[in-house]
Amino acid sequence: MDYLIEARDLKVKRGGKTVLDLDNLGVQKGQVLAVIGPNGAGKSTLLLALSRLIKPSGGQIFFAGKPIEDESALTYRRRIALVLQEALLLDTTVFNNAAAGLKFRRIPRQEIRQRVGEWLFRLGVEHLKDRKASSLSGGEAQRVSLARALTLEPDLLLLDEPFSALDAPTRSRLLYDFHNLLVETGITTVFVTHDLDEALLLGDQVGVLLGGNLRQLGPPQKVFSAPKDRDVAAFVGVETVLAGTVVDAREGQLVVDVDGLKLEAVGDLTAGQAVMLCLRPEDITLWPDGYESSKTGFPLSSARNRIHGRIERIAPQGPLVRVQVDCGFHLAALVTRTSLQDLDLSVGKSVSATFKASAVHLIPR
Amino acid sequence: MGFIWEGLQQAVYLLLSGNEEVWGITILSLRISGLATLISLVIGLPGGTYLALRRFRGRSFSLSLINTGMALPPVVVGLFVSIFLWRSGPLGGWRLMYTPTAIVIAQTIIAAPIVAGLTAAALQQLDPRLQLQLLGLGASRWQMIAALWQEARLPLLAGLMAGFGSVISEVGASMMVGGNIRHQTRVLTTATVLETSRGDFGMAIALGVILLLLAYLVNMGLTWIQQRGAKD
Repeated sequence: MDYLIEARDLKVKRGGKTVLDLDNLGVQKGQVLAVIGPNGAGKSTLLLALSRLIKPSGGQIFFAGKPIEDESALTYRRRIALVLQEALLLDTTVFNNAAAGLKFRRIPRQEIRQRVGEWLFRLGVEHLKDRKASSLSGGEAQRVSLARALTLEPDLLLLDEPFSALDAPTRSRLLYDFHNLLVETGITTVFVTHDLDEALLLGDQVGVLLGGNLRQLGPPQKVFSAPKDRDVAAFVGVETVLAGTVVDAREGQLVVDVDGLKLEAVGDLTAGQAVMLCLRPEDITLWPDGYESSKTGFPLSSARNRIHGRIERIAPQGPLVRVQVDCGFHLAALVTRTSLQDLDLSVGKSVSATFKASAVHLIPR
Repeated sequence: MGFIWEGLQQAVYLLLSGNEEVWGITILSLRISGLATLISLVIGLPGGTYLALRRFRGRSFSLSLINTGMALPPVVVGLFVSIFLWRSGPLGGWRLMYTPTAIVIAQTIIAAPIVAGLTAAALQQLDPRLQLQLLGLGASRWQMIAALWQEARLPLLAGLMAGFGSVISEVGASMMVGGNIRHQTRVLTTATVLETSRGDFGMAIALGVILLLLAYLVNMGLTWIQQRGAKD
């Protein structure tokens, strides 16, 4: 595959400790790679290495197929633009800030004026251009910081959690605008964040960085719905992870035994295979008690799995409510507040939980 | 007590009449201390920048030396410069003892650590990630340093003024290596010492007033810088 930037066997040591150790990471031209991982996973280190601001202790980085050492660090750094979590604006006007990178490149004054004006406009901060940077709000400052990088029209844009220092409404507006800009311009981007929503929105590809290793790289829906291992699953929010064994496999339809409980799933596995069974809380449907004992039983549905349990915890999660059910293991379900009220769910109540065989994600062990 | 009143009257007269002696001494002082400050800037700005930005072995030791240097007693500097410039000393052949150049050398040794130390402090107060940000926007190493200086311009200016303030008011080293020779190495401080010891209070007060005025101007500048920094 043709990558604009590619890192092979990249290793970075800091203070004698390996903080980054990647097999392979590549971004195709025009694509946005969102690298997600918790704090301390090596995300910033990865960006600094890709910007040639820290020296890797091993491996190689290729830009447009050539080793980046083929050209001077300065020439390379003038192909890219880096945006950090803090806006880090200079103590001067907004215009001068946005023009900084162009001035470093000795672009003619006339062109600077035109390009800076255009990008301040596109980021919605043109009216602030004569203001002192120190008088801006956090959101405005970050918009100027993004404008300062985008005026450079870089081959590669590197972003280190640029939205995480902002308050929620400011962040979501900027995220929306920035997403549109990325789509319009098609700038190849590596974007680092610990926020899954940002990764889902912006990333064409998502990489999961845990403990300095790239554990999984693929399209977002793949990473989020089919995490490769238990740690990735835990990080991307597949909350229920159970150990089990495939006891029956027929044409892709599987029966998995989890502590005596038989659950149906789909997948290309054979009987006897040990697996991790992952369930996303939003795929679980809760039923109030009563169906189990009533004559009619559960209405017919395509949900193949049914488990009985008792509610042990209820916690709000944004507009939703996270209900944890004790079914011999802890099963997490996400329901709306309305559901919670209509079904009169409370801690201690017996409920049934159903989910489709296709909602079960299996990771072979 | 009448001599105080007489002294004040005479001082006002000397200042207002443009007395050649007084203004000659003042201009010589400004030239010597100004030049020493300028040389301190040329040494201290790059030196302090290097100490602030580079990680090298012995860095904290160098910083502690600079910080000690910021509090060098002028008489000790006078002593060392005298030893070196003494006729039979290592640099005696240059015949610089009791010349304005000797005072410039001594004052540079006093002011350079101050400028270097305050430069290092000013740059270390900047967010360290600003360096990465500037390089990540395509700045060369020199462009980055220029941007950092620009960013720290107010504390840097304060450092420069502190350097000037320390040498314009310094007396020990100027006396020792300059010798207080009339029309040659007599500066505001050494002249004040001399006139006071001679009992010529009018001249001493006039010179003292000029020194005070200079000290006031420096501090007014510093205060202005601080206020501007606080406003942002």
